[in-house]
Amino acid sequence: MGDPPPAPDPSAPQPSSRRSSQVSEQRSQERAQLPPAVPDGVQQMPLDAQVLRSSQEILESQANLQSWSQGASLSPYEQLAMFQAEEAQLGGMEYPSLNTGFPSEFLPQPYLDGGGIQVPGNASLMQQLQHGRGNVFQELESAYQEPRPDLLGQFSMYQREDLQFSASAQHGPYMSDDPALQFSPSELGFMSFSMQVPEPEPRELAVQNAKAYLLQTSVNCNLSLYEHLVNLLTKILNQRPEDPLSILESLNRTAQWEWFHPKLDTLRDDPEMQLTYEMAERQKALFVRGGSGEGEQDMEEEVTETAVPNIMETAFYFEQAGVGLSSDESFRIFVALKQLVEQQPIRTCRFWGKILGLSGSYLVAEVEFREGEEEVEEEEVEELTEGGEATEAHGEEEGEEDEEKVTDVIPKPTWKPPPVIPKEESRSGTNKFLYFVCNEPGRPWTRLPHVTPAQIVHARKIKKFFTGRLDAPVISYPPFPGNEANYLRAQIARISAATHISPLGFYQFGEEEGDEEEEGRAGRDTYEENADFEGIPVLELVDSLANWVHHRQHILPQGRCTWVNPLQKTEEEEELGEEEEKADEGVEEVEQEIGPPLLTPLSEDAEILHTSPWTTRLSCSLCPQYSVAVVRSNLWPGAYAYAIGKMNLRCIGYDGAQPGCDFMSS
Amino acid sequence: MDAESLLLSLELASGSGQGLSPDRRASLLTSLMLVKRDYRYDRVLFWGRILGLVADYYIAQGLSEDQLAPRKTLYSLNCMEWSLLPPATDEMMVQTSVVKGRFTGDPSHEYEHTELQKVNDGEKVFEEEVVVQIKEETRLVSIIDQIDKAVSVIPRGALFKTPFGPVHVNRTFEGLSLSQAKKLSSYFHFREPVELKNKTLLEKADLDPSLDFLDSLEHDIPKAEIHRGSIQGNWQDPALPWPAAMT
Repeated sequence: MGDPPPAPDPSAPQPSSRRSSQVSEQRSQERAQLPPAVPDGVQQMPLDAQVLRSSQEILESQANLQSWSQGASLSPYEQLAMFQAEEAQLGGMEYPSLNTGFPSEFLPQPYLDGGGIQVPGNASLMQQLQHGRGNVFQELESAYQEPRPDLLGQFSMYQREDLQFSASAQHGPYMSDDPALQFSPSELGFMSFSMQVPEPEPRELAVQNAKAYLLQTSVNCNLSLYEHLVNLLTKILNQRPEDPLSILESLNRTAQWEWFHPKLDTLRDDPEMQLTYEMAERQKALFVRGGSGEGEQDMEEEVTETAVPNIMETAFYFEQAGVGLSSDESFRIFVALKQLVEQQPIRTCRFWGKILGLSGSYLVAEVEFREGEEEVEEEEVEELTEGGEATEAHGEEEGEEDEEKVTDVIPKPTWKPPPVIPKEESRSGTNKFLYFVCNEPGRPWTRLPHVTPAQIVHARKIKKFFTGRLDAPVISYPPFPGNEANYLRAQIARISAATHISPLGFYQFGEEEGDEEEEGRAGRDTYEENADFEGIPVLELVDSLANWVHHRQHILPQGRCTWVNPLQKTEEEEELGEEEEKADEGVEEVEQEIGPPLLTPLSEDAEILHTSPWTTRLSCSLCPQYSVAVVRSNLWPGAYAYAIGKMNLRCIGYDGAQPGCDFMSS
Repeated sequence: MDAESLLLSLELASGSGQGLSPDRRASLLTSLMLVKRDYRYDRVLFWGRILGLVADYYIAQGLSEDQLAPRKTLYSLNCMEWSLLPPATDEMMVQTSVVKGRFTGDPSHEYEHTELQKVNDGEKVFEEEVVVQIKEETRLVSIIDQIDKAVSVIPRGALFKTPFGPVHVNRTFEGLSLSQAKKLSSYFHFREPVELKNKTLLEKADLDPSLDFLDSLEHDIPKAEIHRGSIQGNWQDPALPWPAAMT
């Protein structure tokens, strides 16, 4: 290989920086043989760019191929220097660098005249060679016929590549499509000259295929076997456990687990606990007194009467009776009620009870608005219903016209839906009170709509658990007209009507009485507290049910408290009625429904399956003088009333349970 | 509820509205201690209360070392004097299934149920109305048994099974984490397993024989729901057919 011309020729189109190691190898050969014909300085200047480029590449390729773990890599500086030296020798040859996956460490050669790099270069090279791929050696071997045993042996790996380079002419610029070898865009910009895609030899191809296979990510996750093995081996090398082979499997599992549960910093975000945290945040708002700038006023206002009852006191009495929520929950309810009172224009407010549902429960508050406050919603609802009736009228008229045209008249069904019983006015009857519900103290209170008689009638026929969501549909047979909010309201109405009781004499009727006719129909529906009430001894309250009376109006089978004749035509109905057949109307007569009047004693209540609908108990038999009389409803399990000179009623229960399967409650 | 942690458990279960008045609580604590001593039970659990018309029954159960062995059930009317109930048998179940309505509260009360029975009188076969008397105690026993079988739930990991057979309380059980507590699969029925043998081998391979030896709640129909209780996040599991049973 004495002549310079043939030698540079094969090495002329040296594409790769690593293959330029072969170049450099060749150059070394040349240099060894020839004194540097080209002065270093001249060559170095124009080649600096290339050097930089190639050194960049080296760095990059190093970064890319770290996973190859090819061992120690040369410091960039060393490589750069080596490059410079090499390229100086070759005199202006362009070295398009190509990342082909060869470690950049394979570059330079020890026989640089210009460098004291020889020794370290050699040493590093030796290291690299040990990691090197065997397939390259043959290439170099063939290229260099003059054996330099040590060098050639070291560089034998380059042989194959050298062959390629010698064989290939300068190719157009295109890059390797091996995904493992990524160029940075800046480098691509630089590389205007040819980067050869070497035709991969079989063994190299096999290696690339193997690597590609290892790098493919599994379907379930982003982890590839390659990365996992790298993690595992790194872990082992870091920890250096004893006898790693025997614990290999558990290490494997741990490495996999850690991949998916990365140990974050101390700012550990535990999402599961956020539920309780959110709840706590919301409830914290309850405990904060509003209006920091009005401190004094607040104090004054709070000392005066508020609409919120003394829940803690009633909770205490109920606890004596063996019923009730825990004291901190009672307090939370108290604070939530206070919030409700502040938000809405409420005159009186009472904690009605808690209804348990499947996935959430309802806290129910019974309120009365101040005068004139609630009319807004009523109007909206009425507009809707009126709109509905108008469209119905339209539809019927059109239907009749069509039928006249057709010769075959389809017989019109004579069934008419039963007339809709109008719901009661607010502040009277079943709609005497307004109800607000919320799921938990701290959540916003939702107002329940007024109840219609149809809903009450249907609610009597079905028995469903509450889910805890107000908008859940009530799927039942017979179909319930409304969603869970309506069903809830209907049940509340029924329970209230059936179980609101008080000791005899606590309430009395007002002194003014209306006409007898009106009484016969409507019954008295107002009562007032009896100022002279002295309280009945507890023992008597327990003994006889006659000492307790209902103070809520009974709900008639119609679904209302005051009876309405459904056949009375309203104005709209009369318009329609002229066009329709009136065959049936004369026949039906509806009897007036009468229920027990207000303030009827409990002893008059109908029996359920031969058992009394009420159970009375003394709260504590050991100390009758201080105990509380407790009355429990057998019809609505969960409805309790206590009396110790006063009365109260609370209902806490699942409310889906009714006694017996064939009993229909009223 | 364990007699030792009675007060705490009562507090946690208070969301359902049922509780005990202070005098009952005090008397329970005292009397359950005595029951444990007298009957030599390993653990005494306060099972609950059955409401009756005239009086309520307070039920307690005593367990021996082996937690899965049949339990002894006691009842009391005033939380002070406890009487042992006979163990439940299948005949009792059949007999008492005809009785409906509330408990009266009087243990010696007898329900009368008329049945048509065929009576062989010589060669004639005719039906006679026979009045069957069913004692309230029997009814109590069978109801408690039914409720137990349907609803008694224990979290996974609270008990473990030794290779010899007996089941012990797991002293290292610290409770379920929040994510585990939300899942039905972390709860088991606290009774003899019925469905374990029906599982496929693949499923059984995932089970840990010392911990998973009871039926899981996962496959129950209708599905139980785990209801988040109060702000502390105690999870209550109201069982549908017995709405007042909470775990």
